[in-house]
Amino acid sequence: MNPLDIHPALVTDVLVRFLREELGSAGFSRAILGLSGGIDSAVSAALAVRAFGPEETLGVLMPYRTSNPDSEAHALIVADSLDMPVRKVDISAMVDGYLDQESVPEGMRRGNAMARARMIILYDLSEEWRGLVIGTSNKTEMLLGYSTLFGDSAHAVNPLGDLYKHQVFQLAEYLELPSEVIDKAPSADLFEGQTDEQELGFSYAAADKLLYPMVDLRYTEAQLIESGFDADFVRLVAKRIIRNQYKRVLPPIAKLSHRTINQDFRYLRDWLA
Amino acid sequence: MDLRLTIAQTNPALGDFHKNLDDHLRQIRAATAEGADLILFPELSLTGYFLRDQVFDLGIDANGPELEPLRKLSMGISIVAGFVERAADGRLYNCLGFFEDGKLLSKHRKVHLVSYGMFDESRDFAAGDEWGVVESRLGRFGLFLCEDIWHLEGQYLRILEHVDAYLIGSAGPGRGVGPEGASEHPDLAGQGRLYADSAETAPEFESVRTWRSILTAAAIHGQCYVAWANRVGFEDGIAFAGSSAVHAPSGAQLGCIAGLDEGNLTVRLTGDELFRARQRTPLLRDARPWIVAKALGVRCDAPPANEPKGSVPADPTSASD
Repeated sequence: MNPLDIHPALVTDVLVRFLREELGSAGFSRAILGLSGGIDSAVSAALAVRAFGPEETLGVLMPYRTSNPDSEAHALIVADSLDMPVRKVDISAMVDGYLDQESVPEGMRRGNAMARARMIILYDLSEEWRGLVIGTSNKTEMLLGYSTLFGDSAHAVNPLGDLYKHQVFQLAEYLELPSEVIDKAPSADLFEGQTDEQELGFSYAAADKLLYPMVDLRYTEAQLIESGFDADFVRLVAKRIIRNQYKRVLPPIAKLSHRTINQDFRYLRDWLA
Repeated sequence: MDLRLTIAQTNPALGDFHKNLDDHLRQIRAATAEGADLILFPELSLTGYFLRDQVFDLGIDANGPELEPLRKLSMGISIVAGFVERAADGRLYNCLGFFEDGKLLSKHRKVHLVSYGMFDESRDFAAGDEWGVVESRLGRFGLFLCEDIWHLEGQYLRILEHVDAYLIGSAGPGRGVGPEGASEHPDLAGQGRLYADSAETAPEFESVRTWRSILTAAAIHGQCYVAWANRVGFEDGIAFAGSSAVHAPSGAQLGCIAGLDEGNLTVRLTGDELFRARQRTPLLRDARPWIVAKALGVRCDAPPANEPKGSVPADPTSASD
């Protein structure tokens, strides 16, 4: 047995309640999320559909002109299997309007612009839909910082943020999601032929196997190396976690008064919810 | 002792005392109508749990007017409920009150504030320093707040007082969603460690499984009833795990509220069952507290220097760091 294994029925129960209660306390009972055709957004969508019903969960497809057509096809298969409505917004004109004007080169900057354009659309449509944006970031990518700040990392609530990629796969199987999204290589689809694992330089399975004892159980780098993990890999992952902490917290505020927001002005978001 | 105890597994609204009070009154009236003698609510049942700076706003005098409705209803049923107590000296306590016959009969200030991992109680609350016993017309009770029961000291002192039941109010979050034994013991060295088969394990939070072990052991060690009211609901993504339960002096579970829903549970507690259990396994008779007293006398003449005993909270405006 993999020590990362979860009870998918228990996790589903908790996450469905989480979505209902956290949206409910903000006065909402509808959800909206980007459907990429990947496994994370498929699992988030399935959970939202269980929490709010298919009619109350809107999946938004936001292809760019270079996106892999499979992504859209798989997103539609997911939406179809969940019986949920979809809306398609092509982001090419919007993104190219800026990229061309400023002659932004190929690579990360273009990928980030796409991710942020999708955020703008989701937040705008959330007003029209009168629902909140459901996140799709999992614990593995959040720890590794494999996301775009204010892009895919922007959402109102996140049901998957405490699940490693392995656990997301387990949940996808349990939720009986289409095999098309479970079996393919995870990809941010920001440039042609991209896969997450190629870009990261290691597999999610290898990352999860290390992250769990490192983060959850707090084994030291020395202990992990001694137990057989490759030393360079341990150091690389540890460095990534630290370097990307800024993506996981709110920006620091210069403290001047006796009561500073988030320092000594401390309230939950569910304050009097 | 012969009483009907109702446990109310509630979902308090964060910081909304009046909404929570209304819910208490509704549940107390319902339990009274159904013939319960005693109703137990979770930790901070009148305020919600992750209060942080709201502790400052919600602190009330344990005998103040805010709790009058509970005192009034306690003419017909004994009530245990959680609130933020603002003491006369300005200290704020995580408090569990026992209301009976129209008054606050007794209260317990949480001794073992929990301040590690996801918890930060010591920042907001002062720690209680007493393990009193509630001498109710229904029986003798020991009140505990969550972490209090994870330590042995309070249990031991109540054992020596021969209490009939531990009444535990709790806001225990659910943690750990893996099969039993797996996540705490990863197979780091690849030794092929064996894990319990997930198919045979009921899907329950690991933290709940730990609680059940503690409740079972506490009942056996104390030869007394153990009642655990744990809240449900979410606060900023943190799920409270519910699963409230009552255990007999044998350790056996008498009843349980399944999972994460609000609900209640009523069980009968009898002096006869206590007597039989204590005859069969006379742990109380055979206790040797003077050996402990002697050893502790050597070890702790005084609390450690960092224990903020007797200190009044510093004026926040004059803090130097």
